[in-house]
Amino acid sequence: MNEVSKPIPVADAETAPYWDGCREGRLLIQQCADCRRRRFPPHRLCPHCHSANADWVEATGRGKVYSWIVVNHPVPKEVYREEVPYVVALIELEEGVRMVSNIVGCDPHDVAADMPVSVFFEPADGGMVLPRFRPATGAA
Amino acid sequence: MYGLRDKYAIAGVGETAYTRNSGVPVLDLAVEACLNAARDAGVDVKDVDGIVSYNFGDSAPAIAVATALGIPNVGYAVDFAGGGNAANLITLSAAAAMEAGLAKKVLCFRAMNGRSGFRLGGGREMLARGVTQHTAPFGWITYPQAMAMWARRHIVKYGTSAEEFGSVAVTFRENASLNERAMQRAPITMDDYLASRFIVEPFRMLDICLESDGACAVLMTDAARAKDMAKKPVYIMGGAYGGGPDQGEDLFDAIRWPDHSENYAAYIADDLWKSAGVGPRDVDVAQIYDCFTYSVLMQLEGFGFAKPGEAGAYCASGAIRRDGELPLNTHGGLLSEAYIHGFNHVVEAVRQLRGECGPRQVEGAEIALTTAGAMTCGSAMVLRN
Ligand SMILES: [Zn+2]
Repeated sequence: MNEVSKPIPVADAETAPYWDGCREGRLLIQQCADCRRRRFPPHRLCPHCHSANADWVEATGRGKVYSWIVVNHPVPKEVYREEVPYVVALIELEEGVRMVSNIVGCDPHDVAADMPVSVFFEPADGGMVLPRFRPATGAA
Repeated sequence: MYGLRDKYAIAGVGETAYTRNSGVPVLDLAVEACLNAARDAGVDVKDVDGIVSYNFGDSAPAIAVATALGIPNVGYAVDFAGGGNAANLITLSAAAAMEAGLAKKVLCFRAMNGRSGFRLGGGREMLARGVTQHTAPFGWITYPQAMAMWARRHIVKYGTSAEEFGSVAVTFRENASLNERAMQRAPITMDDYLASRFIVEPFRMLDICLESDGACAVLMTDAARAKDMAKKPVYIMGGAYGGGPDQGEDLFDAIRWPDHSENYAAYIADDLWKSAGVGPRDVDVAQIYDCFTYSVLMQLEGFGFAKPGEAGAYCASGAIRRDGELPLNTHGGLLSEAYIHGFNHVVEAVRQLRGECGPRQVEGAEIALTTAGAMTCGSAMVLRN
């Protein structure tokens, strides 16, 4: 039943290259070919100059925590009961865009603002691969 | 909204009971609230010629309500797709419609079976399409989860304490204890607040609003007509709707929002106060959108009642209590009266300005603020008696 599965991203014409990149272990960010601004989520037009010319650039996968929450109460209960507590974060990539993901590999209460994190890729249902993050090791 | 100061008024208010299970369709709730608002104004509902509401696909369409009420001549009927952000947009749009000659007497309502029917707090569609493909697959699904991200940023930037958030919850419950319509009337202490369980950190259970079945409505008309109706008119001095850049692809999405320690209020404050011709210090009582405790702090800062980062201390000082310098959410708010998506704030503001609030009345209240919204977009009005 759909109701008891985790939400699966439905790729569309604008986001298919992004999700394909995740399957290949690459985090791809759009960059306007005209004004050079980077953007996320992916869209056909640049919201700054309205150019439809964009390049996909591979992000380093490094970033830092901008904000985060710790989910204690699972919704839907049957889907996330085994997952709580888990961390959802807004992460600022080195490339200057923000994205949403989970932070795993540390105690949820050890997550802090500006904590350096790095991406890894994890298979999900529906043949999708999700970019997740863990605390960066080594130099910040 | 410029150029309409004091030209339009709220002439009637009404509501249903606020419950956990209304046992009736949303249409019935809307009809009852609208009838009560028309009766309160002394207006035959068949003379109404405009009707406006907002919803998430969880309500009865405005035109269905007009049909159920047998209104023969509807010149303006609009359903805004929106959440709490639209609660004051519908009244401003009613004024604009009347100014344009589309209608003369307009009902504005919000109706929902928010507990027994579609539960906003319980979840969203699990289809991860559009912008949701970048959020929901990570278990970021509910509105409490969305807004906890904002509250966290306020804490990171300003060191806002649990007790500061808690002072909002405790104060509003104290007000609700004096409101027989309120769903939660049992007083709570700071210890109760601190002991309430975490739902999504930094939110505890008592940071989060109620889920309610119910409806409320107001009847609006021009100042000249309002003077001849049954109750003392409450005039709209000014108002504003909007937010900043990058408001997002839906109400949940704020991935690109510049700074999550501040919300829409900071962006519409100038238009609000300029259009009304008054400022924060002129407000006698305010009904601030309180889907969560944090949203009260951000709006107090955005609208200029406190400097950025100082609203927590302001609330904890007692300034927002009934006997303080800025009594807030005298009905108990969305946290303790009911969650009618912020429209119950408008009804309470009108009753305060009419002096009808009994034990919770703010003495001598002449100017009231109502606000609506918690994240990237919202609306607000200044009212006077
Ligand atoms: Zn561009």
